[in-house]
Amino acid sequence: MTMAVYLALYGGLGFFLAGCLWRIYTYARTPLHLRWELYPVPHEEPGRVEHGGSYFESGDWWLSPQAVHHRREWTTMLREILFLRGLWEFNRPLWLPSFLFHFGLYLVIASIGLGVLSALPGSLMHSPASAFLFSALVLACKWAALVAILLILAGALLLLYRRIADPALKNYTRPGDLFNLAFFIAAFALLGAGLLQGPAPMKALLRGALHFDLGARAAVVPSLGIVLASLLLAYIPFTHMAHFIAKYFTWHSVRWDDQRNPRNGPLEHKIATSLRLRPTWAAPHMGADGKKSWADIAASNPAEEVRK
Amino acid sequence: MSRSADLHDLSRNDRMPLTHVENEELMPLPEPLSNAERQHPWPPLSAQCVDRYECGLDDTCAVNVPQPKTPEEEKKLVAQFLSGLDKLFDKENNWTFLQPLLLTMEHCTGCQTCAASCHIFEASGRNELYRPTFRSEVLRRLYFKYIKHGGLLSAWQHGRIRLNWPLVARLVELSYRCNLCRRCAQSCPIGCDNGLVARELRKLFSQEMGIAAKELHEQGSMLQLKVGSSTGMTAEIVKDNIAFIDEDISEKTGIEVHTPWDVQGADVLLIHNAGEIMAWPENPGAYALILTMAGVNWTMSSELAGYDSINYGLWYDDAQLARVAIKHVEAARKLGVKRIVLGECGHAHKALCVTADRLLTGDLNIPRMSSLPLLRDIVMSGKIQFDPARNDFPVTLHDPCNMVRLMGVVEPQREILHQLCPRFREMEPHGVDNYCCGGGSGFAIMSGNNFTDWRFQVAGRKKMEQILNAFADCIGPETQKYLCAPCSNCKGQFRDMLAYYNLWEENRILYGGLVELIVNAMVDVKPGFIEWEWR
Repeated sequence: MTMAVYLALYGGLGFFLAGCLWRIYTYARTPLHLRWELYPVPHEEPGRVEHGGSYFESGDWWLSPQAVHHRREWTTMLREILFLRGLWEFNRPLWLPSFLFHFGLYLVIASIGLGVLSALPGSLMHSPASAFLFSALVLACKWAALVAILLILAGALLLLYRRIADPALKNYTRPGDLFNLAFFIAAFALLGAGLLQGPAPMKALLRGALHFDLGARAAVVPSLGIVLASLLLAYIPFTHMAHFIAKYFTWHSVRWDDQRNPRNGPLEHKIATSLRLRPTWAAPHMGADGKKSWADIAASNPAEEVRK
Repeated sequence: MSRSADLHDLSRNDRMPLTHVENEELMPLPEPLSNAERQHPWPPLSAQCVDRYECGLDDTCAVNVPQPKTPEEEKKLVAQFLSGLDKLFDKENNWTFLQPLLLTMEHCTGCQTCAASCHIFEASGRNELYRPTFRSEVLRRLYFKYIKHGGLLSAWQHGRIRLNWPLVARLVELSYRCNLCRRCAQSCPIGCDNGLVARELRKLFSQEMGIAAKELHEQGSMLQLKVGSSTGMTAEIVKDNIAFIDEDISEKTGIEVHTPWDVQGADVLLIHNAGEIMAWPENPGAYALILTMAGVNWTMSSELAGYDSINYGLWYDDAQLARVAIKHVEAARKLGVKRIVLGECGHAHKALCVTADRLLTGDLNIPRMSSLPLLRDIVMSGKIQFDPARNDFPVTLHDPCNMVRLMGVVEPQREILHQLCPRFREMEPHGVDNYCCGGGSGFAIMSGNNFTDWRFQVAGRKKMEQILNAFADCIGPETQKYLCAPCSNCKGQFRDMLAYYNLWEENRILYGGLVELIVNAMVDVKPGFIEWEWR
């Protein structure tokens, strides 16, 4: 039983990491796309960002280097990640369930972090001060986990209700979406039930997993909770729920990508590489035969050829 | 008829429209258009159109896709569509937008946040067919089924879809029910882009199947590549027209104006949307006057496409986008100018300054900028004397999506208006949160069948509401009002839409560009540059 729980945990974590890396690789290896940004772009000059302006607002913009204010970009991202500012602004009815759900997930991550810290070898906790710190970590871990589970359950149940009851959402809800929410509810309900039985078995299992201690006792409910949560973890990167990865690209590489292409600058090489690709689009005006490159096609004039 | 069209209806084998647009279901408009008498009855499509073309989506028809004559022909078209779909997700064929498209396909949660941002969906009375996720969800299901080769498990996870010719035909039309304003993308918490989906669908149809709105392709980018301008004007005709405009402006303003042509090494190559030269000659005339008086070393070009900034490829076809952009910069390169400056045309701004920035390398990579900052600098420089009292009438500003939300040119035009127009008032919302005029993505020049009615009654409805609200305190005919739209396509939409609702005759709402207001306020110019006459 203990071995099965550990294998599920290691496997879940492994699949999750591999799936995330696969997704990142899939998006990162796509060629540099045409500019398609949306304003406001938060790394713009502070004087412009408030009204959503760009460097195109200044005359002779190409004579000065492009200013990029990363701090503002990251604070915007942080507000979006932590507080779901976009939903707050544009879809208030969905904000509360989403916020509860996502904040619960962040607390789970915090709780795991605290749990790993509290599972460090006892030899590191020899002074009274470190013993106090250890107790505080354990307590914080326990409460973070409990609150996290409550928030996730509340959020997931509310989201499920909205997906079933709101006609607008219902029409675009696929069976898989309902399954995803049900999966979260089941996994975290079991984890919650396990914790309510007392944190010790759960703690023992997690600490055991960290040290690969096969002697740890695996109680049924916490074990089931961990196995289901591990399966969920493995499943997430292969669904649209991996939007925590997508969001980096949609925001940084599309919505906010206003990187200039100065002559002989770093982007020209990438563009030239893409222009050497050979399309096969079949419409006659394209003139794409699989031999001509994008550069050849862009330099051609189908109207002129018709005239001949 | 069903107003709550279902995704599966798209595959219905009959050719009956999936929805009807009824006036009483549309979003109500404020005074004076709240009166039912000022609404237009919905004209039906002609029998000839219904017999010949695929009109199975709604009450209008934008693209005129001929009906296939045999089942074999239908199969062939579906196979072409599938081939195009494949290419849409292939690096060799679609490096230009592969990443944003993949992200949009794989991560929409279906939260419908985008729906509240879409002016077409809202104005239609929340008609399901026009929901921004409707067409995206169709493409998404096709993607998972045919590109990711998903089986039953995938259908359960991502939803079912039945591909047949009726679905493809309806999808063609549906890709032309979006203005590509990307307001929905701005509000998406994930960053998915339904506007991009509409464009990519148009691209698939154009680049693989040779299907596109004729106004954009045959009469648009192809004509521009053939004679130099989508207006059909050759360089000689444009030069003649500009000479006439110079003469007219000189007489009207009392200041001698001479547009320079093909000046080697000029500081500025000014490229107008050639539609201005034909439809609103006072606009290029005003530019010529301002640049002359400010002492700018400028020129126009008589090279192929060098005198017409339009680039309709932005809305439907990457190859056409690249070809026209290259023609524009080639004109600049030949003249050895320091920079290209774009006149009042939103999509030309976006196409040449932003999107084509990742297409132009080496000596084609010539600085390109909006004319609005240049005009702002001229107005603020003190080189020209202004009397704002000459513009003492209510003025509101329309933000062209391509120039504002999609390019970030927000304040220069406002600085000018605050300086020169004492009764300037904003629309709400404005700036990067603006609503499209309803003519975006080519609609302003698309007028086949009864598409114009859809364009005014649905696509332009939200903007109409904004305009009327902005002038609510002076809506009566006793006050002349000016709707400033620094974009040729938007102006085209306003010209037609204000006329459709008779808002010049009955409420004295005139539309025009920004430079006209600048010249109207010039102390050295004879008063009355803006003539308050409908055109």
